[in-house]
Amino acid sequence: MPTDPDGPPRSAGKLALTITINGEVRHLSVAPTTVLLDLLREHLGLTGTKKGCDHGQCGACTVLIDGRRVNSCLVLAVMKDGAEVTTIEGLATNGRLHPMQQAFVEHDAFQCGYCTPGQICSAVGLLGEGRARTPDEIRELMSGNICRCGAYVNIVAAIEQVMGAEDSRSAAA
Amino acid sequence: MNNFEYLRAESLGQAAAAAADPATKIIAGGTNLLDLMKYNVERPSRVVDITRLPLKDIAETEAGGLRIGALVPNSDLAYDERIKARYPLLSSAILAGASPQLRNSASTGGNLLQRTRCYYFYDTATPCNKREPGTGCPAVHGQNRIHAILGTSQHCIATHPSDMCVALAALAATVHVTGPNGSRDIAFGDFHRLPGDAPEIDTTLRPGEIVTAVELPPEGFAANHTYLKLRDRLSYAFALVSVAAALRQEGGRVVEARLALGGVAHKPWRDEAAEAMLAGKPASPESFAAAADHLLRDAKGHEHNAFKIELARRAIVRALGQAAAGTPQSQTDKRIR
Ligand SMILES: Cc1cc2nc3c(=O)[nH]c(=O)nc-3n(C[C@H](O)[C@H](O)[C@H](O)COP(=O)(O)OP(=O)(O)OC[C@H]3O[C@@H](n4cnc5c(N)ncnc54)[C@H](O)[C@@H]3O)c2cc1C
Ligand code: SF4
Ligand code: FES
Ligand code: FES
Repeated sequence: MPTDPDGPPRSAGKLALTITINGEVRHLSVAPTTVLLDLLREHLGLTGTKKGCDHGQCGACTVLIDGRRVNSCLVLAVMKDGAEVTTIEGLATNGRLHPMQQAFVEHDAFQCGYCTPGQICSAVGLLGEGRARTPDEIRELMSGNICRCGAYVNIVAAIEQVMGAEDSRSAAA
Repeated sequence: MNNFEYLRAESLGQAAAAAADPATKIIAGGTNLLDLMKYNVERPSRVVDITRLPLKDIAETEAGGLRIGALVPNSDLAYDERIKARYPLLSSAILAGASPQLRNSASTGGNLLQRTRCYYFYDTATPCNKREPGTGCPAVHGQNRIHAILGTSQHCIATHPSDMCVALAALAATVHVTGPNGSRDIAFGDFHRLPGDAPEIDTTLRPGEIVTAVELPPEGFAANHTYLKLRDRLSYAFALVSVAAALRQEGGRVVEARLALGGVAHKPWRDEAAEAMLAGKPASPESFAAAADHLLRDAKGHEHNAFKIELARRAIVRALGQAAAGTPQSQTDKRIR
């Protein structure tokens, strides 16, 4: 029988969720309604991931799930049982910035910085996909990340630098 | 978002049985359902997660086509080597839509079932026949710039927002579904419906039926095709008008044509009469214009969207020209040639 949508949930509230976040296995219990973005920010204090629109329209909430970039505002946390999530907090290793973070700093690829964690996670995802070569391709494949400050030119330059470094490293290998 | 019960489906049968309850919603990528739930447009009392079901393969069919599982992500589909080589029109249409992040989450089945982007449908403070049957359609005399010009009714003038589905319509795909009463196949043209007097119903799926796969026939029109999408900004925006065009040609003449439009109707708008007009004709701007006129013969504009009729006419001619020349629209370099 359908229940009143405003009534109490029929399952006994919280559900068990095992999820790896930035390399750390977490055993959590979450409400079915908990969205991954809110889990990160409100429950785990990982406020690096930003909420811009909350509707898939800006990319500020971009994180990597099992290596793929997604909008965490449109993911139910409980559906990601067993997944590995990487947020902006998880990119640096042993106190050294990820090359993409370093390139954003060097190219001044932000102003207010609000879109930046999403831009960087998205750019790391882009790198892993290996489908962008030209600046046009970078622009198109970064179009899911809106920057209100308009730092786009420097964002593309930062990504080009990391791609160039990767290319010369694989050419040398 | 309202409270709901969460069920992780272990089998297709379990998912179909659960989905037969009208208060239950299937979730796949969640990029449309969660968006609508956050606006209280969708208020399911139970959400059934089908993402663990084995519907993630792209497989060869005996007929020589491909069968795409309902859970194949839009990005995986667009970049699949077989799709790129044999059905580049489909790949192109997918890459014209949404964003890389959204395409990573979005599933093949969910893309078919995504709902309209009509502003009133999204705004629970306004009436809307699609959201609340019988309350009226404020778009008819309201803000209707993004609305339909073909196949509308007085009850709803919404469009189906998908790009992928426009290509699937042109390619004459088949939708495989499984429900509480077994499995059946639905021709792509019969899957989405026109609003008529029941705009709350988007498709011909019956209660509990789940899309399991989309099948492509062998002919992919790989040599002569294009997906031309016109919108308010060049990326990450829904179509005002889009055209999927595909041709088979011999000696400068069209042997077979496929023509489907997005952004103009409650369903991807394929017109087989306009296609038939092109068969045997020279691949020329004159034949293309005649087909465009025929496709748009019953087009009707509203206060803000009448521009779509001329835009569609020109887009059809341009798209058929791109297809004929074998120079499909690039989804990276957005210049339209
Ligand atoms: C900001 C934004 C921009 C976008 N731009 C575009 C664009 O330009 N072009 C475009 O084409 N799309 C665009 N989209 C829409 C996107 O393509 C869809 O949201 C996506 O394809 C839906 O797939 P999903 O798996 O996430 O569906 P879900 O949200 O999981 O489900 C959507 C609907 O389908 C039903 N469903 C899911 N799977 C099945 C199944 N197997 N059988 C039966 N029912 C099922 C669900 O019950 C639900 O009603 C955009 C979305 C956003 C948020
Ligand atoms: S066009 Fe359709 S979806 Fe939009 S307000 Fe009218 S009935 Fe609702
Ligand atoms: S907050 Fe998720 S896309 Fe804007
Ligand atoms: S740096 Fe301000 S929004 Fe991008």
